[in-house]
Amino acid sequence: MYEFTYIRPGSLPEAAALLASNEGAKPLSGGMTLIPTLKQRLSQPSHLVDITALAALKGIAVVDGRLEIGAATRHIEVATSSVVRQSLPALAALAAGIGDPQVRNRGTMGGSVANNDPAADYPSAVLALGATVHTDRRAIAAEDFFQGMFATALEPGELIVRISFPLAERAAYAKFPHPASGYAMTGVFIAVVGGAVRVAVTGAGPGVFRWTQAETALQARFESAAIADLEVDATDLNADIHAPAAYRANLVRVMALRALETILTSSKGQ
Amino acid sequence: MSKVSLTVNGKAVSVDVEDRTLLSSVLRESLGLTGTHIGCDTSQCGCCTVHVDGRVVKSCTMLAVQAEGSDVMTIEGLAPSHDASGATLHPVQQAFSECHALQCGFCTPGMIMAVAGLLKDTPDPDDQQIIHGLEGNMCRCTGYVNIVKAVKQAAVTMRA
Ligand SMILES: Cc1cc2nc3c(=O)[nH]c(=O)nc-3n(C[C@H](O)[C@H](O)[C@H](O)COP(=O)(O)OP(=O)(O)OC[C@H]3O[C@@H](n4cnc5c(N)ncnc54)[C@H](O)[C@@H]3O)c2cc1C
Ligand code: FES
Ligand code: FES
Repeated sequence: MYEFTYIRPGSLPEAAALLASNEGAKPLSGGMTLIPTLKQRLSQPSHLVDITALAALKGIAVVDGRLEIGAATRHIEVATSSVVRQSLPALAALAAGIGDPQVRNRGTMGGSVANNDPAADYPSAVLALGATVHTDRRAIAAEDFFQGMFATALEPGELIVRISFPLAERAAYAKFPHPASGYAMTGVFIAVVGGAVRVAVTGAGPGVFRWTQAETALQARFESAAIADLEVDATDLNADIHAPAAYRANLVRVMALRALETILTSSKGQ
Repeated sequence: MSKVSLTVNGKAVSVDVEDRTLLSSVLRESLGLTGTHIGCDTSQCGCCTVHVDGRVVKSCTMLAVQAEGSDVMTIEGLAPSHDASGATLHPVQQAFSECHALQCGFCTPGMIMAVAGLLKDTPDPDDQQIIHGLEGNMCRCTGYVNIVKAVKQAAVTMRA
């Protein structure tokens, strides 16, 4: 690791000021992506601003019919929260499947969404549910937030404060995990919000994307037969040592079918 | 440099560290607790697993300064009492020994800390829960069969 200065500010304005006044400063949340990156010397921040103690970035609550989750909330807290389990069980289940116990004990929702790894789990939920990302400057719709591989709408020094999820009538996530890391080789989140079906895919492409063909098909009839024969175009999908693009294209349909199966067989549809 | 104060295996310690120093380096190099192993540089193997405030973490992926004020437990502090003969083992250590859940032993300290964490949340785990609960720990020798056996035996002992 290159040298840096570690700071743990006591308030959100203080954190924002530190990030604004030091061009090389970076927020540090759970560190589950950032610290391995620093260990490989792939990044050289001047300061790490630890945001995990900030009260403004904490907490899980349902407010005015929406589930609000602070950016510094750890995966384990989302997975085990009774509020999340009751209001949006698909999100709790997704969090319970991120990485491994050690990663879930440290990693945070804000860090995962800000990082926008093309194989991360949370971005699929944020996009499928049409969540809103609240930063210290503005509110950003999921649609505008994710901008391809590791790219987001965040400006330098901008901090995610919380993410606001509408409560889906029905939702489920299915992923085919990479056997070593747990990251999604392909993951599909299906949500029905206000009667509209949305299907988001992670892991398969260069960034999270909506599978609109499946959305249209499921809007017409919400059953497996509607998507069982859809072909996914492999042209823009990822190919690497783990799987060729055609394999991932097939996984998109298979994971969508599994998520749908979960919705159709569980009582509350989640 | 910063001064970090934390509790390690029940003892209060204070160490001068660079901000970039990892918790694993403090444990191994400053405190001589070399039971915490380093098996990778990608945060995947789990050999460095310790408990921080009662939760399992990979000490190679946490800065020492992030552990300020925390209660850390390493493999050296797991057994209830360590007499001079070293005879006292924690039930998880005992089960690993009896079930032959190790070969080279490199993964073992991290594996045992992970199992101790798992059994806190899930005192009576089935095979799937054990496999899911140990996803952050890799073993290159055993094929995991005897590790699963040891977890079950330890779970029985600890529930008794
Ligand atoms: C072994 C292993 C397995 C994993 N498996 C999975 C998996 O299966 N699925 C999955 O989705 N993820 C997985 N991860 C990643 C994990 O979920 C991380 O928690 C996540 O990617 C980053 O979150 P963090 O809180 O650790 O962020 P950090 O590592 O602290 O930060 C990540 C980046 O986001 C920035 N940042 C952090 N917080 C904010 C904020 N509030 N506002 C703006 N920018 C911010 C940081 O500056 C940094 O650039 C895995 C990681 C490891 C090490
Ligand atoms: S040394 Fe491999 S995960 Fe820490
Ligand atoms: S016993 Fe050798 S790595 Fe597990």
